[in-house]
Amino acid sequence: MKMTRRDFIKSQAIAAATASAGMAIPVSIANAADKADDGLRWDKTACRFCGTGCSVLVGVKDGKVVATQGDPDAPVNKGLNCIKGYFLTKIMYGKDRLTKPLLRKKDGKYDKEGEFAEVSWDEAMDTMADKWKAALKEKGPSGVGMFGSGQWTIWEGYAASKLMKAGLRSNNLDPNARHCMASAVGAFMRTFGIDEPMGCYDDLEHADVFVLWGSNMAEMHPILWSRLADTRLTKEGCEVHVLSTFTHRSFELADNGIIFKPQTDLAITNYIANYIIENKAYNKEFIDKHVNFNKTPTDIGYGLRPEHPLEKKKTGKGGKLTRISFEEFAEAVKPYTLDYTSELSGVPKDQLVKLAKVFADPKKKVTSYWTMGFNQHTRGVWVNSNVYNIHLLMGKISEPGNGPFSLTGQPSACGTAREVGTFAHRLPADLVVKKEGHRKAAEKIWKLPEGTINPKPGYHAVLMHRKMKDGEMNCYWQLCNNNLQASPNFNEESWPGWRNPANFVTVSDPYPTVSAMGADLILPTAMWAEKEGAYGNSERRTQFWRQQVKAPGESQSDMWQMMEFAKRFTVEEAWGEEQVAKMPEYAGKTLYDVLFENGQVNKFPYEEGTVKDERGNVYDNDESAHFGYYAQKGLFEEYRKFQWEGPKKGHEMAEYDAYHKARGLRWPVLDGKETLWRFREGYDPHVKAFNPDVAKGDVYFYGNKDGRANIIFGPYEPPAESPDKEYDLWLCTGRVLEHWHSGSMTRRVPELYRAVPDALVYMHPKDAKKRRLRSGAKIKVQTRRGEVLSRVETRGRNTPPEGLVFFPWFDAGRLVNKLTLDATDPLSKETDYKKCACKVLKA
Amino acid sequence: MSDSASKKPASKGRRRFLIDSARTACGIGLLGLGIGIYSKSASSMAPMAIRPPGALDEADFLASCTRCGLCVRDCPYNILKLADVGEDVPTGTPYFMARTDPCEMCEDIPCIPVCPTGALDHKLTDINEARMGLAVVVDQEICIAFLGLRCEVCFNVCPVRGDAITLDYRHNERSGKHALFIPIVHSDACTGCGLCERACILDEAAIKIFPMHLAKGELGKHYRLGWEKKDEAGGSLVTPDQEHRYNLPEGMRYDHTGEGLIFDQANAPAMTTPDATIEETPFSSNPLETLKKGIQEAD
Repeated sequence: MKMTRRDFIKSQAIAAATASAGMAIPVSIANAADKADDGLRWDKTACRFCGTGCSVLVGVKDGKVVATQGDPDAPVNKGLNCIKGYFLTKIMYGKDRLTKPLLRKKDGKYDKEGEFAEVSWDEAMDTMADKWKAALKEKGPSGVGMFGSGQWTIWEGYAASKLMKAGLRSNNLDPNARHCMASAVGAFMRTFGIDEPMGCYDDLEHADVFVLWGSNMAEMHPILWSRLADTRLTKEGCEVHVLSTFTHRSFELADNGIIFKPQTDLAITNYIANYIIENKAYNKEFIDKHVNFNKTPTDIGYGLRPEHPLEKKKTGKGGKLTRISFEEFAEAVKPYTLDYTSELSGVPKDQLVKLAKVFADPKKKVTSYWTMGFNQHTRGVWVNSNVYNIHLLMGKISEPGNGPFSLTGQPSACGTAREVGTFAHRLPADLVVKKEGHRKAAEKIWKLPEGTINPKPGYHAVLMHRKMKDGEMNCYWQLCNNNLQASPNFNEESWPGWRNPANFVTVSDPYPTVSAMGADLILPTAMWAEKEGAYGNSERRTQFWRQQVKAPGESQSDMWQMMEFAKRFTVEEAWGEEQVAKMPEYAGKTLYDVLFENGQVNKFPYEEGTVKDERGNVYDNDESAHFGYYAQKGLFEEYRKFQWEGPKKGHEMAEYDAYHKARGLRWPVLDGKETLWRFREGYDPHVKAFNPDVAKGDVYFYGNKDGRANIIFGPYEPPAESPDKEYDLWLCTGRVLEHWHSGSMTRRVPELYRAVPDALVYMHPKDAKKRRLRSGAKIKVQTRRGEVLSRVETRGRNTPPEGLVFFPWFDAGRLVNKLTLDATDPLSKETDYKKCACKVLKA
Repeated sequence: MSDSASKKPASKGRRRFLIDSARTACGIGLLGLGIGIYSKSASSMAPMAIRPPGALDEADFLASCTRCGLCVRDCPYNILKLADVGEDVPTGTPYFMARTDPCEMCEDIPCIPVCPTGALDHKLTDINEARMGLAVVVDQEICIAFLGLRCEVCFNVCPVRGDAITLDYRHNERSGKHALFIPIVHSDACTGCGLCERACILDEAAIKIFPMHLAKGELGKHYRLGWEKKDEAGGSLVTPDQEHRYNLPEGMRYDHTGEGLIFDQANAPAMTTPDATIEETPFSSNPLETLKKGIQEAD
């Protein structure tokens, strides 16, 4: 399926023919549509699914979203959608929406082993608050935890951060983004000292060469892929290089499709650095001015429980950087010769050379993209940095078409999980709990007594489950995701943790997910367009939407739930008398009073008619009506204080109202202007502000004090678990285009379900034959941790090499995470969902 | 958390089969020749009813199918049905409807060996060679791929992967920066299984399986495709073209059968060439930068 120049010309000719033959919709259909559109109120929203951030217009009639269209004015998608976006509104109208709080009860009382029974919001929240207070009393702030989401709206994430870190003084708040791009964050901070990509989607039109490192963009970022494909088609000399451990849809467009043995991406990246250095192709001037060389501790283990043999064996720890010279770095990458790397990775030499050359050629503009292949990796932070190393050696960064670009999986992984600080170690706007100055700044903005914020980072996603299993963390509140399905090692860690009789688990969700099944209390949740919201996509673009319709039954948004929950704690209960004594005016008040009615969050009045568009349409805002002030605006404007008044510059956003007018704005937004490429004079005003002497068009990495980026040598180290005689196959998990994450929404859209009903195990035909399996045969996939039934697929869209199977995780009927290992990157704490050992048997 | 693989009530097809074959048996018993007359009158088969793999041409198939129902019985996915009295398919003959129950393309094709008469051709042993019908992208105005949306479900689910349906990449003139991924069906590989039609996410499928005779055009009997005949013959059918020579300025060549006028590298306009390599150009394209760096001595 390679596109040759001649094919392309042929395609063009056909396209022209179709255009002139009239792609226009026939009159009869157009008229019918016009009629159906009578009385529709159209407004813009951001797509609920991936990190691309397409804008979608929704048409509302009689209180229901009855129509959608891709937003033709949105620069990201220009009216287009993928198949999930096409069905976006159907996700709200699944037949089994939860509409009332449900509590496990026996004989009319809460009982861990009881059956779910409908309860009032008061009973639900009071029961939950009692449990949380008991855990706080017994274990302190580490006894409770919240698990949030990169699919939360920005203010939901912000409210969560404030409730947990300021309110309950617990840093046990982590998002599902931990499973998704924590490694990317780690590398951004280590390399640049500031989070998120320097480039933007316009790189898709400006690059000469695209390199996909562990990203199946064709399926996972469908609209971005169509932009990349268009550049590949229309730009003379454009090349696409795709690296993966199995062949997938993105290989259809690959000029250099590279299949490597799992984990050897570490070696390949170092080989390229070595190639650049040995051929003296590096940009010496850039390196001298803008880069420091570093090494990092090695043999740092696999983030397993401390008693695991692999953890006992490790000799290194942590990620403290040690400065080295360029020569030392050159020496470090020297072993990664073509011979060695080809042998280790299984990649033919000519393919490695071809890849190295595009980086080493100073005339070629290269944009690198990656997602879970790099991030879900026990050396995820290292391998992210290894790509930065290559771009920095060449100075191919921070300009149109040149740059490393970490794509996010979720719609607001950037906007919510990262930017408002819902990670266990973070505070809003890139601040961290460990630094005293950062805590003080947060306490000042939040009007808290000094010392309120806990300096110790909380439990990360996987650690939370371990602590629940061990009975050390007894209350857990999961919102806006499905972690029982998503989290690794279901049988040994997550399920026992959730069902531990010592624990009380709350799940807020619109649907009865796997997680809801494992919970003790289920709270029905208003989703997506049932509330006013905002997301931040991969290219730093912040997009807002208004509440379009009411949520069904008694459903309430996560923001409402968290703010109401705060009403159930006095500051004395949450902080202790000693802390309250520092601000006696807070005595006797509730957390809600001090966190949300603090003169900032409740600053903007709300009445019916406050939220309206420029055409005069008035929109509901159920939370604001409930609390009596424009809560979303208040939260956002308080959050903006972190950006504009906090100790770290570079994350500035525009005022609230600006976003309801724009199709998203890319931060930093300074003087009302968006920033497309960061760290380069001319594109980014911060550069001159940080370094008044900067030369015209030069870069300055202002995230680090000396304005330099860190090149960090990260060697090849083996994965935590590899196939052996008994478990003889690699197991790799991931997604498919048609389904979003755990499928809790998309599997409720009949058309999507019909298109891809079940998760199949993609396998090489020879591997199937060896096991006497024909395509479609029922199989059992086993690992040391569990087994799952499925069917084998040898003819599917993914074609693994011999020795590897791919098994997507969207299917609640086939819980892949019963199989996975909870090995994580010791630096980022992100799970490696791409590598463990399994065997496949006839079922 | 139940395994959703068994989403169809498994018994339905079999029960249906028993009822149908009972009726057929009764029909034969009671009506004798009558059934033959009826089935003839209904031989204008419903266009969307597709015969099982290996079915002979419709006329031959009707002549040899005994309506025994064994193929229906042995279909492990219960997709085959026997036509009922009153349906637009000759009564008692097997068929499937792609939109609801497509053929899952079993590798061992269990429906064929049980056919007692060869109405399902026993010579068909490779399911990929089956030609039950042909997928056609019927509505190229509404198929969302033609509109630039990222769907491609038909392509994704096609079991004759990359052969029966391919994607044609085209530039999206309207958006200016996205590509279209147009599904193209190839009759030399499409088995007509119908998995694509079932998977089509539209309210009414834009890709549909038609019986071959409805789906295919036919080239005029007099006309041959020259490039194919040349390939078949392994060379030109008539005297090979002689070598051509041209009057050209220095630095230019002409490729008679391929690219036409070619500018040699040195004369090419200054631009990034696709095959520029680091060995050729270890330096920046900006001469000022090279000058500024001064002499770069090799180690």
